[in-house]
Amino acid sequence: MGELFTSTIWPLTVLVFQILAIVVPLLLAVAYLTYAERKVIAAMQLRQGPMVVGPYGLLQPLADGLKLFVKETVIPTGANKVVFVLAPMVTFILALIGWAVIPFGDGIVLADINVGVLYLFAVSSLGVYGIIMAGWASNSRYAFLGALRSSAQMVSYEIAIGLIIISVLISAGSLNLSAIVRAQAEQGWYVFWHFPMFMIFLVSILAETNRHPFDLPEDESSLVTGYNVEYSSMTFALFFLGEYANMILMSAIASVLFLGGWLPPFDVWPFTWIPGPLWLILKICLVLFVFIWARATLPRYRYDQLMRLGWKVLLPLSLAWVVLTAGVVLAFDLAPSAAG
Amino acid sequence: MDGYLLEYLPILVFLGIAVGLALVIVLASFLVAPQRPDAEKLSAYECGFEPFGDARQRFDVRFYLVAILFIIFDLEVAFLFPWAVALGDIGLFGFWSMVVFLAVLTVGFIYEWQKGALEWE
Repeated sequence: MGELFTSTIWPLTVLVFQILAIVVPLLLAVAYLTYAERKVIAAMQLRQGPMVVGPYGLLQPLADGLKLFVKETVIPTGANKVVFVLAPMVTFILALIGWAVIPFGDGIVLADINVGVLYLFAVSSLGVYGIIMAGWASNSRYAFLGALRSSAQMVSYEIAIGLIIISVLISAGSLNLSAIVRAQAEQGWYVFWHFPMFMIFLVSILAETNRHPFDLPEDESSLVTGYNVEYSSMTFALFFLGEYANMILMSAIASVLFLGGWLPPFDVWPFTWIPGPLWLILKICLVLFVFIWARATLPRYRYDQLMRLGWKVLLPLSLAWVVLTAGVVLAFDLAPSAAG
Repeated sequence: MDGYLLEYLPILVFLGIAVGLALVIVLASFLVAPQRPDAEKLSAYECGFEPFGDARQRFDVRFYLVAILFIIFDLEVAFLFPWAVALGDIGLFGFWSMVVFLAVLTVGFIYEWQKGALEWE
């Protein structure tokens, strides 16, 4: 019995607490990301934003959550009920499990698997399923069209994201996210070496998460809110949480791949004194700010412009950069030695 | 269980917790909040009037085209992953092999571009 406890139960309990230590702050971060979004956009438009609930409106996200929680769960008669309820759960679950491989610091990672990048790529690809399931199961025209647009957009930009990741992999020589950050400690952050790719990556993650200026699936004036129009209460909230958790996840991926993850910007005293996870969080916030900034300043794209940008501009550019990177790495003998 | 698979155990447990959390959130709200469905409330939303039929209808073939193109290019990316990591070991021969593959792919890409498969007027 005692052996069973030390060999199985105790490690599992620790594991569950480690996972909760990621999930709970993540959900709080999602709540306050919505607050930050409203406040930042308000500031850019010379308004005050939420001010009523709590000091400076700080309790607003909790009030919003509670409001959604006590609403009625509407499941339309025409809907395919099982798929309809499953869809928001899929979106939410996929937005959470990606975090299992994100390294928060040197050695601070839940699952240090050697194909971390591939895992993240797979999880973000699966994200399309939640949306297409929602749009199809709702059996509503707006939802259906929104889901079609959204999935076509997501798969188009995923190719650009994949090719950009390849460029980083050539430089780092490993699929392990911690190893990629360590490689940046030696070679310098990839945002300097792959600056054009970093910019394309930012554009692509805006499209991948259906955010402004590429938020066509949620185009209010033509599609109401797109694939989630039939959802209410917590089924809607799961989509919302999933979408924002995905934004944070994408920002974390951008920080790990390009901005040196947990590394301080300079390897000298006042910077090295701040712990690594805090640096990662700062970088995530920086990328998230770009998301909000884009929403406050840019007008929405047309759908044909969106597809043209993805297929005719970003795809050829990122493919050319892959060949260029590989060529330069080989020509100057910069290739990282065999990854173990 | 060997150590290699054991690395994936946290992901499995994480998946379990995420599924549990999603179920609890939806079920708790369903049980706590008052549920008073009626026919109007449960009909599909269509700007205030009765919905015309349902959404099971034809849609633009371009979406299929995009999906097919996506499969080709996504497989290409999946093919590039191991190549990118091993580039230091396979050297120039590996590099040129991939360039030939990418050239063939680019010819196909130019063809579909010229054919107008990427146009959304």
